[in-house]
Amino acid sequence: MSIEIKTNSVEPIRHTYGHIARRFGDKPATRYQEASYDIEAKTNFHYRPQWDSEHTLNDPTRTAIRMEDWYAVTDPRQFYYGAYVGNRAKMQEAAETSFGFCEKRNLLTRLPQETQKQLLRLLVPLRHVELGANMNNSKIAGDATATTVSQMHIYTGMDRLGIGQYLSRIALMIDGSTGAGLDESKGYWMDDELWQPMRKLVEDSLVIDDWFELTLVQNILMDGLMYPLVYDKIDTWFESQGAEDVSMLTEFMRDWYKESLRWTNAMLKVVAGESDDNRELLQKWIDHWEPQAYNALKPLAQASAGIDALDEARAELATRLKKCGLQSQGVSA
Amino acid sequence: MAVKNKKLNLKDKYQYLTRDMSWEPTYQKKEDIYPDERFEGIKITDWSQWEDPFRLTMDAYWKYQAEKEKKLYAIFDAFAQNNGHQNISDARYVNALKLFLSGVSPLEHAAYQGYAKVGRQFSGAGARVACQMQAIDELRHSQTQQHAMSHYNKHFNGLHDAAHMHDRVWFLSVPKSFFDDARSAGPFEFLTAISFSFEYVLTNLLFVPFMSGAAYNGDMATVTFGFSAQSDEARHMTLGLEVIKFILEQHEDNVPIVQQWIDKWFWRGFRLLSLVGMMMDYMLPNKVMSWAEAWEVYYEQNGGALFKDLERYGIRPPKYQDIANDAKNHVSHQAWATFYQYGHATNFHTWMPEKEELDWLSEKYPDTFDKYYRPRFEHWAKEHAEGRRFYNNTLPQLCQVCQIPTIFTEKDDPSMLSHRQIEHEGERYHFCSDGCCDIFKNEPEKYVQAWLPVHQIYQGNCEGGDVETVVSKYYHINIGEDNFDYVGSPDQKRWLAIKGKSSEEKTESAKQDAA
Repeated sequence: MSIEIKTNSVEPIRHTYGHIARRFGDKPATRYQEASYDIEAKTNFHYRPQWDSEHTLNDPTRTAIRMEDWYAVTDPRQFYYGAYVGNRAKMQEAAETSFGFCEKRNLLTRLPQETQKQLLRLLVPLRHVELGANMNNSKIAGDATATTVSQMHIYTGMDRLGIGQYLSRIALMIDGSTGAGLDESKGYWMDDELWQPMRKLVEDSLVIDDWFELTLVQNILMDGLMYPLVYDKIDTWFESQGAEDVSMLTEFMRDWYKESLRWTNAMLKVVAGESDDNRELLQKWIDHWEPQAYNALKPLAQASAGIDALDEARAELATRLKKCGLQSQGVSA
Repeated sequence: MAVKNKKLNLKDKYQYLTRDMSWEPTYQKKEDIYPDERFEGIKITDWSQWEDPFRLTMDAYWKYQAEKEKKLYAIFDAFAQNNGHQNISDARYVNALKLFLSGVSPLEHAAYQGYAKVGRQFSGAGARVACQMQAIDELRHSQTQQHAMSHYNKHFNGLHDAAHMHDRVWFLSVPKSFFDDARSAGPFEFLTAISFSFEYVLTNLLFVPFMSGAAYNGDMATVTFGFSAQSDEARHMTLGLEVIKFILEQHEDNVPIVQQWIDKWFWRGFRLLSLVGMMMDYMLPNKVMSWAEAWEVYYEQNGGALFKDLERYGIRPPKYQDIANDAKNHVSHQAWATFYQYGHATNFHTWMPEKEELDWLSEKYPDTFDKYYRPRFEHWAKEHAEGRRFYNNTLPQLCQVCQIPTIFTEKDDPSMLSHRQIEHEGERYHFCSDGCCDIFKNEPEKYVQAWLPVHQIYQGNCEGGDVETVVSKYYHINIGEDNFDYVGSPDQKRWLAIKGKSSEEKTESAKQDAA
């Protein structure tokens, strides 16, 4: 049995906006579509930016990559703002439970001093890498054209700030919320030999001008090596050091990375598939940056999970790139 | 680990969770990482003095914002399911939404892009983080507005191609050039323009009138958006005030630069708000308050108190404030008269106010309305009734800076059009006022670039030389549906059908107009 409420049905005169209908036909559109396509200004800009007079505002030539239509790059997760914050709210709820659990039972402060120090030295400094990623993604969101592309980057930028904050809270849990653990950890980032290649790489990424080169370097190459190494391999290694509880506090990062692969892979596939010129340029950038990312992570791997672990991550990245017709040095390693 | 016994207070903890993640670079030069921070001449001696205007970590942000979004979309769904558009005060109200979606929503998107940019440009991480949060908020507003208006678009004309129109239509170059101006400036000017002048000083005269208009006219979708965005706006306003105080406190050399920006952005904002004034006085069937009243409360009183507060930094109220204050009794009428004449080239309908509305205007504007405007409006209404709806078929002279047709009058003589002109490198440029002319003189190399819609039509860049072709082909305004008088429009017919009334008598005259 079903019940039927009578409603006053009204025939619409159109089903969606004209700019959506031109792409998808005049039929009911999804919220993702109406939020993401062609709402950004495209033409007739009034003034050249004083910070970049070579280009107009919203200039698609701010990257050397060429796309017939940047809206061809879309988000497989279909994130518009509402969907994005809804998803992250659920993820943070789970993270909050884990942080609360660890705090209540003093799971980190009960660890041996040496292990605590390792966390401050090998894990927490990544908060600075996250801030670099936050800055890079904010730049990309400001420079990219097409909302389907730029919004994925502002979401990622805010995610990276959030991840940096979770990493910081691990130190605050260790130091009893005094900040001493964070000071110590920042000292390693600034001066410890182990971090210097990585800090140099992050600083180098902050002066990359071409936003697509930057998203490749940051969101695909650096993260493609760093996330599997740190949150998978080094996580296992920490477990072997008796710090298995830390895994609870980095679960957010593992879930996040797995999800981010969806949009980064989709973006790379579309952009590389657009033309030989694009693929050649991407290859040139990969040849330049992938070995640097690898070398930057070497000391961290050596001090923890071992070079083999980093090589495994490198091979994973090579497999991903290969699916887009791109090569990296991972296979030979 | 160095021994520290004291637990961090909230302020210090937030700093550890934001700016402390930043560091002094040593492998790259700071100037190369932040190349845009100096060219405007603003001197920042110590970014650590930046006071975080709000303390919101990302986990809290996700949580609060997701709760707000959930409630908002529940209302949108209910609104659509129950055909909430049938419950508004009158279909004329929807024209305010058309103006909003094509004039304001694209600015939200531009704000998103602008804040993402400055969210990278500053070397102070505290300021960057605050700007990035505003960036993603602005993206939110641009997207939720699309969703809030989506249902209206299915039942009314003129909402169907807002972003396309924003890039092209003559009067939409007013808001577009305003934001292009801010986005093409340096990061400090952008924040002075948008965070301070726009969000802090003028938001109650832009955002609030539209949302209050929605509340007064039964528009549940839009007013719910307004309430949902309120706490975002509050954050944006605190950022605006912090920015200005921070810049002024950093170095005395910053004061004259900021003063010039305040003068400029006050005037540009004031001109832009003419469109809002006209919306409040003419487009809302249920009036919230008059434009003059809004200006008195939100600018003269609130703004007055603000500038009193800023006096200690050596900042004076904006130049030409007296002219703006005086103009509150004129601008909405002058703007509506202009749009009425050019109603064949707009994506919304225009009309002459009905008798009670004219009386309301006479009451609200005792010194100006009966003397300068009512006779003209009654004349046009009479002409229309006799089958001669007036449309102006010439193209107007636009101001080189604000891009509004030069329709405004002199402060001391409301019967004299205000017009200024200067010669710059062999070309003559025209302005609506001393305010706009000054802005040009300070940065002529910027304003000579303006994409002036009328010039562009004459230069053949708009797919045709005649108004009809430009309007239909280039603007995507559907002739006979989106434009012309409200009386006799398809919108009116559908509305009367919803309300079970006949439209016979009123359509007769409209048919003659279209001919």
